[in-house]
Amino acid sequence: MTEHTFEPKILAFCCHFCAYASADLAGSMRLQYPPGVRIIRTPCTGRLEVEYYLQAIENGADGVLIAGCLEGGCHFIDGNLFARKRVTATRALLEECGIDKERLRMVNISAAMAKNLVEVIFEMVDTVKQLGPNPLKISRTILKEEILK
Amino acid sequence: MIVAQRKTIPELQNIIKGHKNILVLGCGTCVTVCLAGGEREVSIISSALRIASKKLGEPIKVNELTIERQCDNVFIETAADEIKKYDAVLSLGCGAGVQAIAERYPDKPVYAGLDTAFLGILESRGVWTEKCAQCGACVLADFGGICPVTRCAKHMLNGPCGGSRVERCEISPNQPCAWQLIYKRLKDIGEVDKLKKIYPAKNWSKSLDGGSRTIIREDHRI
Repeated sequence: MTEHTFEPKILAFCCHFCAYASADLAGSMRLQYPPGVRIIRTPCTGRLEVEYYLQAIENGADGVLIAGCLEGGCHFIDGNLFARKRVTATRALLEECGIDKERLRMVNISAAMAKNLVEVIFEMVDTVKQLGPNPLKISRTILKEEILK
Repeated sequence: MIVAQRKTIPELQNIIKGHKNILVLGCGTCVTVCLAGGEREVSIISSALRIASKKLGEPIKVNELTIERQCDNVFIETAADEIKKYDAVLSLGCGAGVQAIAERYPDKPVYAGLDTAFLGILESRGVWTEKCAQCGACVLADFGGICPVTRCAKHMLNGPCGGSRVERCEISPNQPCAWQLIYKRLKDIGEVDKLKKIYPAKNWSKSLDGGSRTIIREDHRI
């Protein structure tokens, strides 16, 4: 895949009570966002484990976006605050692994903030485009090419 | 409980260098409770090692297993079949666990993935503090249950050193002066008279200074 045609695959974990509803609203409002974003609904971002983020990267996601409720607005009181801490720790761990931490990002979105969600997605896609494809995919491609030789 | 923390991923990569097929072995006891080497941490570290190795273009196979207790042969045996399949074992047990596994498998490289830190307690969520130095001759009965050997930076046994400032140890403003705590505690429980006792120099030969220790209970031996 060349850089000109690179369309990042972003895995977006969206909280059922806010970001998922705002993605729904974005659809109703006919707001377009890049098609490479794959949304996974989660009951609360506090449910997400560090392993989920790592496995997403390991399996080739170019970026991972976690969208939880606004701070203070979590349906489960503080799930999004725990998620924020886990994301921060995972970003540091990714750096240790040699992966740019900007591939993992957490945002806070309310159910009515469809426009903000779309903006955040565009920002994320731009960032990942600048970073290039997930290096694990590149190394896999190189390996495959070496095997074919 | 034994408290440990994981080594960094570059450190771990350096340790397992040259091996292509690794088993990350967790322990379900102390290091699970201190969130350093339990099933979840095994999963996270394995994933991170796979990512880091793929990033370098030298992917390695990293598999995961967690046993109930690495320092006990009964439980180590449950991992025997699995351990045989790998080039090396990266143990996420404490120092005792790593050595127990290494002794049990003399022809298998067994590496430590954690830095075993101390014997301590969970102070609050995510905060562990050292409480026992395992000196081999406990003095807690005389000091209101607060250990001057562990919690006083100078291990003073006959009162404070004079370096404390506003109830804090001179080594760090975050460190409470153990002797301040001991005095308060003994006063509260009406045992402040105990401080009149002069302690002779402590016998450190019962501690690690006397070499690694063995306890034998004849009544329990088979």
